[in-house]
Amino acid sequence: MKFRTLAATAAIAALALTTAACGGNNNSSSPSSAGSSDSSGSGGTLTYWASNQGTSLDNDKQVLTPQLEKFTQQTGIKVNLEVIGWNDLQTRIQTAVTSGQAPDVVNIGNTWAASLQSTGAFMPFDDAAFKAIGGKDKFVKTAMDTGGVAGQDPTSVPVYGLAYGLYYNKAMFSAAGLTPPNNWEDLVTDAQKLTTGGKYGFALAAGSYTENAHFAFINAAQNGADLFDKDGKPTFSSDGVVNGIQRFLDLMQKDKVVNVANAQYDNGTKAVNDFATGKVAMILNQNNADNSIVANGMTSDKYGVVPFPAPSDAKSQVASHVAGINLSIFKNTKNKDAALKFVNFMTSAETQTALDKPFSALPVLNGATPNFTDNAAEAKTFADIYSTKSKPLPLVPAEDQFESTVGKAMNQMFAKIASGGTVSTDDIRTAMKTAEQQVAAAG
Amino acid sequence: MRETSGIKVFRVIVIALLTIFTVVPVYVMITSALKPLSDVQGAFTWWPTSVTIAPFIDMWQTVPLASYFGNSVIVAGAATILSLIIAVFAAYAISRYRFLGRNIFSTAVLSTQMFPGVLFLLPLFLIFVNINSSVGIQLVGTRAGLVITYLTFSLPFSIWMLAGYLDGIPRDLDEAAKVDGCGPMGALWRVVLPAARPGLVAVAIYSFMTSWGEVLFASVMTTDANRTLAVGLQLYSTQTNVYWNQIMAASLVVSVPVVVGFLLLQRNFVAGLTAGAVK
Amino acid sequence: MAAATAPPSTTEAPPKSELKQRRPRPSGWWLPYALLAPAIVFEVVIHIIPMVTGIWMSFLKLTKAFISNWGNAPVIGTKNYEVALDFNGAVGSALLQSFLVTCAFTLLVVGISWALGMAAAVALQGKFRGQGFFRTLFLVPYALPMYAGIIAWKFMLQKDTGAVNHFLYDNLHLGGDKPFWLIGDNSFVSIVVVAIWRLWPFAFLMLMAGLQSIPTDVYEASAVDGAKPFRQWRSITLPMVRPVNMVLLLVMFLWTFNDFNTPFVLFGNAQPPAGDLISFHIYNASFLTWNFGSGAAMSVMLLLFLLLVSGIYLLVLNRRSQRA
Repeated sequence: MKFRTLAATAAIAALALTTAACGGNNNSSSPSSAGSSDSSGSGGTLTYWASNQGTSLDNDKQVLTPQLEKFTQQTGIKVNLEVIGWNDLQTRIQTAVTSGQAPDVVNIGNTWAASLQSTGAFMPFDDAAFKAIGGKDKFVKTAMDTGGVAGQDPTSVPVYGLAYGLYYNKAMFSAAGLTPPNNWEDLVTDAQKLTTGGKYGFALAAGSYTENAHFAFINAAQNGADLFDKDGKPTFSSDGVVNGIQRFLDLMQKDKVVNVANAQYDNGTKAVNDFATGKVAMILNQNNADNSIVANGMTSDKYGVVPFPAPSDAKSQVASHVAGINLSIFKNTKNKDAALKFVNFMTSAETQTALDKPFSALPVLNGATPNFTDNAAEAKTFADIYSTKSKPLPLVPAEDQFESTVGKAMNQMFAKIASGGTVSTDDIRTAMKTAEQQVAAAG
Repeated sequence: MRETSGIKVFRVIVIALLTIFTVVPVYVMITSALKPLSDVQGAFTWWPTSVTIAPFIDMWQTVPLASYFGNSVIVAGAATILSLIIAVFAAYAISRYRFLGRNIFSTAVLSTQMFPGVLFLLPLFLIFVNINSSVGIQLVGTRAGLVITYLTFSLPFSIWMLAGYLDGIPRDLDEAAKVDGCGPMGALWRVVLPAARPGLVAVAIYSFMTSWGEVLFASVMTTDANRTLAVGLQLYSTQTNVYWNQIMAASLVVSVPVVVGFLLLQRNFVAGLTAGAVK
Repeated sequence: MAAATAPPSTTEAPPKSELKQRRPRPSGWWLPYALLAPAIVFEVVIHIIPMVTGIWMSFLKLTKAFISNWGNAPVIGTKNYEVALDFNGAVGSALLQSFLVTCAFTLLVVGISWALGMAAAVALQGKFRGQGFFRTLFLVPYALPMYAGIIAWKFMLQKDTGAVNHFLYDNLHLGGDKPFWLIGDNSFVSIVVVAIWRLWPFAFLMLMAGLQSIPTDVYEASAVDGAKPFRQWRSITLPMVRPVNMVLLLVMFLWTFNDFNTPFVLFGNAQPPAGDLISFHIYNASFLTWNFGSGAAMSVMLLLFLLLVSGIYLLVLNRRSQRA
């Protein structure tokens, strides 16, 4: 009888607890030593948490399953796959880190690499580990740099490469007699010309804190500003960062080329849908937008991509952060060898080629050619942005704090603009000072 | 009571306004569930341009709703049964016996209503982890873990409500049963429980509804294996599209069992609830 | 259930206290304790231990660097409390703002829900056609699973595709642009309305039952004395439902002040400051910053505040009823 088992379980649990609590000192509870990834069981089963790369969780499952079957055939190791949406992934990783009830292998957004590394819950890739997955040198250097804090053994290795690009609707541009912008000023004037008749020049995921934080970084980088100083202290309220944020906010506030409704767009796909359905002429997105654009009925010959342009007096032509997905192994895995085999498999040339296309990812392996799109020009542009115009987000433990505090502050500023308020440079500076304090307090 | 025209006007106005306030969201839910996707993505209309039942079919594919449904039924059902059984014994003790610590216990039970759920979230989680590492029973990411968690909400209120209800049942009944040769447990089983049926129903409804609708713990403690509807419904908007029509359809489907059950048994619920409150 | 009653350490050590009284034990003295044992075990497991753990955590530096090995997190005394109470700092001022928003939210939601519940209960007093129908109808928002109702509101409150703006601007032709309801300052209005929609049926349910217990001849007697309906309500109805009110207001206050579901489902990741209720705030403060020690400290303070308010409320009420 179900209930009786449950009651008994609970009672036993209660007993165990009272003794544990009286036994005192709580060190007995250190979960990393307990290391119980029960879910993975013993003898050749791995648990793998994949992030959502395709058009839906289900789509990801369909794409990954044949590859995982192939892996099982080759090695005899079974893989339990769970695809986790981006809204949940951070919380799920957090609870896994806290509880030690973790999968063996997990996908992480590469910007979290340093932050997650600082939890000490992930396996550092030492020389032996790198040897097992085919050597550090097989990865593109920019991609590999995101693996963790410089000077330490990284705790993650790249699996999918991504970069931001400026997508533009070819038909709308040619109808208005425009060519794709080369600098920020052109982008604004073009967007203004295209903002007519219920259509807008630009769409932004202005309600997504991660997207906003990325653009705070990119715009600041174009101004030559850094987010953290040498000692790892946040410098969000420096002129370069504040002006960069102002420039980005002004797309909605001053230039009015963004529909205020975008302030409610809490993930990138909503802007992508607007673009794919011809409601806006331009979006900024990572190359995995291709999937959604095509899924919404816009073929790859209907749009072009150029690097996100910097102002003409910019100090740097940075057009993207080094975006992408990394693979990490939980330190307390009981299947370390199997996990390494799996990482090796996922980052092998063959698997990469098979997955880059459905997930619209850039290759992270040296010598591989982008195959995520049949649009050669687009592939070349993205490959170029990725290898020459990308800068990694700061590889410091507080990086995730930067994303949440600055990103959320920008959400609020966009919300204020959208509901008719104005955001001045001073407002931005005040908000950034607050964000700096929050980061310091979280330390 | 004498009905003046003033009372009648008051009644009509109050009922009319509250009916609108109550019904509009439900109406929107129902009509939107019958709209094609293009309708819910464009400007709102009070009436669907074309009626379709496609959302009710597609919603099972977009997210694995059926499995979430199953999880919710099992978790809420188990939490209800467990909290009912525990509450019956505790309420019987409080209501029928004067013993040392009785007041402390009933005060403690009531004061747990004050505890913010967020205070328990992490400790409970850490304790579950502890249990797993010391005795090997996995609670995080399992239905059993959720059931125990949901007792934090339903148990105190259930005990309190049921104790109040039992107070309203004349003690003569127990005594009569004891004269007939029943022990205290026999009296509870044969006499008190049948008389307390409305109270039991009320407690069961309350427990089931709180567990069925719980969001906070479900969002942290669930994985694919035990995800409940409360979390599952939110997954419709993380896909490439926000399928509002399917969300509304799914909301309707997950609501029907509880709403129907509640409305059918509302008289019991009122009786059980107020007996506890008026005490 | 035998297993559940087994651990004697968790009961309130009845033999000892009984011994103190030096009276012969009545046979079956242990029965109430045995009956209570499962409840006590569960109370200890699901309330007492987590609460103690939570208090203990609030004195730790439980940040991301220690979370995977939280047994080794250093004790930092009251540092977490100091940071949270430093209202000039970023963390403290955000917490204070959230607290004030929650206070205003609670006052409005409890007050209006009570008023609506009372109005409906009075309106449905007496017998008339359709009474049962409306009573059932009014309970629907309460019967709906919480998230389902809130999700429906979330859809209605969308700026361009929502029913609320459609009604106000397309049907009623209010001038101006359609406003946002889920971001910016309007989000406060939204969350108050949604919470009331969900809560008032509960007030209605309780008050209706309270009214039913008033014998009708009391009204008839006062009507003979020429009392107008409003006076009847004040002099008869209100005093008679006072016991219901006492509990109802306290329970509604606690539920509303601790409300997490409404902002969580309504706003998701957006968290507008105007809708940043305290539970939601604490959840985000600990989960986004991984600073669980600080989150625990804030929760403990919230608990203390609620205990204080409830304590004062009960004291005042008890004193008043003793005087009466």
